[in-house]
Amino acid sequence: MIMRPPALDLPIMFVAARVVTGAVTILDGVTLTIARGHPTVLVGPNGAGKTTLLHAAMGLIPVSGGLITWGGRETSHPRQRAIVFQRPVMLRRSAAGNIRYALASAGIPRDSWHQRTMTLLAEVGLADLDRRPARRLSGGEQQRLALARALARDPAVLFLDEPTASLDPAATKAIEDIVRSVSARGVKVVMSTHDLGQARRLAGNIVLLHRGQVVEDRPAAEFFAAPRTNEARRFIGGELLV
Amino acid sequence: MTGDGSALHLVLTGDPGLFAIVRLSLLVSLSAVLFATVIGVPAGALLALTRFRGREALVVFLNALMGLPPVVVGLAVFLLLSRSGPLGEWGLLFTPQAMVIAQAILVAPIIAALTRQTVEDLWVEYQAELTAMNVGPLRRIGTLIWDARFSLVTALLAGFGRAAAEVGAIIIVGGNIDGFTRTMTTAIALETSKGDLPLAIGLGMVLIVIVVVINALAWAARRAGERFAG
Repeated sequence: MIMRPPALDLPIMFVAARVVTGAVTILDGVTLTIARGHPTVLVGPNGAGKTTLLHAAMGLIPVSGGLITWGGRETSHPRQRAIVFQRPVMLRRSAAGNIRYALASAGIPRDSWHQRTMTLLAEVGLADLDRRPARRLSGGEQQRLALARALARDPAVLFLDEPTASLDPAATKAIEDIVRSVSARGVKVVMSTHDLGQARRLAGNIVLLHRGQVVEDRPAAEFFAAPRTNEARRFIGGELLV
Repeated sequence: MTGDGSALHLVLTGDPGLFAIVRLSLLVSLSAVLFATVIGVPAGALLALTRFRGREALVVFLNALMGLPPVVVGLAVFLLLSRSGPLGEWGLLFTPQAMVIAQAILVAPIIAALTRQTVEDLWVEYQAELTAMNVGPLRRIGTLIWDARFSLVTALLAGFGRAAAEVGAIIIVGGNIDGFTRTMTTAIALETSKGDLPLAIGLGMVLIVIVVVINALAWAARRAGERFAG
């Protein structure tokens, strides 16, 4: 197993962070620390702010108030971060071409592109499809390719926005296996999901968001065994949080 | 080249005069499209990705330039290149080079405007991914042009269509000199006015065939490219 050097972008700290778009407050005073370790899984109903929190943590959107720091720095310039969006966009080139593009963008020396591309494709089970146009891959294959493309940046922190939404069980298992493997080698995974079963399977830590606020932030075992808040109990019980 | 043969006869027998005209026409139009592409594609992409005060007005202006009247462009280039004009020293008036300049000026806005629209649409799709990958501005432009290359073929075809069909500008700056600056469109205009209809019809047939063939080739290239590159 390859262990990683210290992650410069960790911990990621939200201090009373607010994100406001027009008249809508999407994140409302979020205070949260994302530290090294097992995957942190964000759960909550639609519109709770999961995607916005991931984008803000990635540095893609600025906060309207409060503060986010990455390894103690306030600069949002992504150094060791990568993200897989809920609907990743495949570049109009082959599967291998998508990986090579990410390697080039990350400043990886050209002479190592081929080997790293094939290694990454093999890691996500797409080695045989390296020449296939990325847009002709199935939904599950595209999601795995997006994961490989994100990993090409050799991130210390990997954000995944509902990576298995609309995938069948086999494709979901493939993604979860990759997430476990990536996490086991020291990459901090921060992901959102609607699937509580998936959260149980993968999470080291659970963050429950509701109406843009962190309702609970606890180790997964404690969250599921003894939820502290009424919202968490209702959410785990399958009730609709509105 | 004689005016007594039928149009089909001129085409089928490979009349040297007719094919010299065809060759020059292709050379001028394709050169113009090449220069317009080199200018128009990067300019259109840059306009698609940049935001500045007055950008919307510039987009409207660029779109309006797609309808530039050829005779006005011809007149402007004529004034530029005429002996007393600012570029008169170059001695380009009534040469094929002058015709290329005039056609490039007509075609560049078409290619730039269509590129701007195509790249802007693709940017909406790619923006989040390229931003997340920390791709810099120049590389973004290169990526979008490359990934939109099959769509941009349509822009180039539109430009070629404009150039190949154009007569007003090149007749002013080229002078329609037999064996030197006479193209298919200027020859058709001249021969029709002289009453040599077979030659005019022959040239018209060749012109239509060329436009159809080039469009078919471009379409095939686009389909093949999309199949292999996605």
